[in-house]
Amino acid sequence: MKSKKTALYGLLVALAFILSYIETLIPFPVMPGIKIGLANLVVITALYGMGSKEAFVLSLIRIILVGFTFGNLSTMLYSLAGGLLSWLVMVLSKKRKWFSMVGVSVLGGVSHNIGQIIVAILTVNNVYIITYLPILLITGVVTGAFIGLLAALILKRIKNLF
Amino acid sequence: MKKNDLILIMVILVLGAAALIYMNVSKESGSKVRVIVKQEEFQSFDLEENIEYTIEGENGAWNTFVIKDGYVDMIDASCPDKLCVSQKNIHYDHETIVCLPNQVVLEIVDGEENPIDSIVN
Repeated sequence: MKSKKTALYGLLVALAFILSYIETLIPFPVMPGIKIGLANLVVITALYGMGSKEAFVLSLIRIILVGFTFGNLSTMLYSLAGGLLSWLVMVLSKKRKWFSMVGVSVLGGVSHNIGQIIVAILTVNNVYIITYLPILLITGVVTGAFIGLLAALILKRIKNLF
Repeated sequence: MKKNDLILIMVILVLGAAALIYMNVSKESGSKVRVIVKQEEFQSFDLEENIEYTIEGENGAWNTFVIKDGYVDMIDASCPDKLCVSQKNIHYDHETIVCLPNQVVLEIVDGEENPIDSIVN
């Protein structure tokens, strides 16, 4: 691996880590599970600026680091389910070229929430947890669109970094 | 942003809103709350009682909930995130409060319509 790429990985992991931390400081009184998805800013920027593989590695390292620092094995499992499903959906929808970064980010946000709901349903073996999905779909669209718009602006300015 | 993005956003928003409206219209009052710990039914309580109860789990895990005026609410718990405590109180059939770290689920059951609700409707 070229040293420039190593440095870039380090920079982005640190950034994603800090954004995850900031996210934990923002309380959402309406309902648990609702998040802005700030760390996805880094993942989606890497997805467009570097590639699918790089975005995957970043996302995985972030989840493991954040899990050990602020969470536990159970919260890590939820992050993994959400993070991996969201990565997969974003990679596939980006390849299809139907959507811009905003649409891809919206799909990423929504699939992240769906992944977490699936794990929650499996963990406690109660299908009625799905009643939380409609509100999580709506918030996922709003935060996903916000992150997508922001990521497009960021990418425009740091394109020459990659 | 493309036109497709807007269509996608609208479609998901409409789906979510439709599901919310459907759930709101079709909800019926429950009569009991089932307490499920680690996927096994632990105990059921009648919604007409007014009680405060603490569920004790393994390794010192605990969750305290109250039943008051037909509504069930988690008021405290040993879990680190306390997301179960911040979930809103439940009253209608199939509504749940979930504590994932302790694997505790409170679920409202028995959708016989409450006579008072019928009169109001």
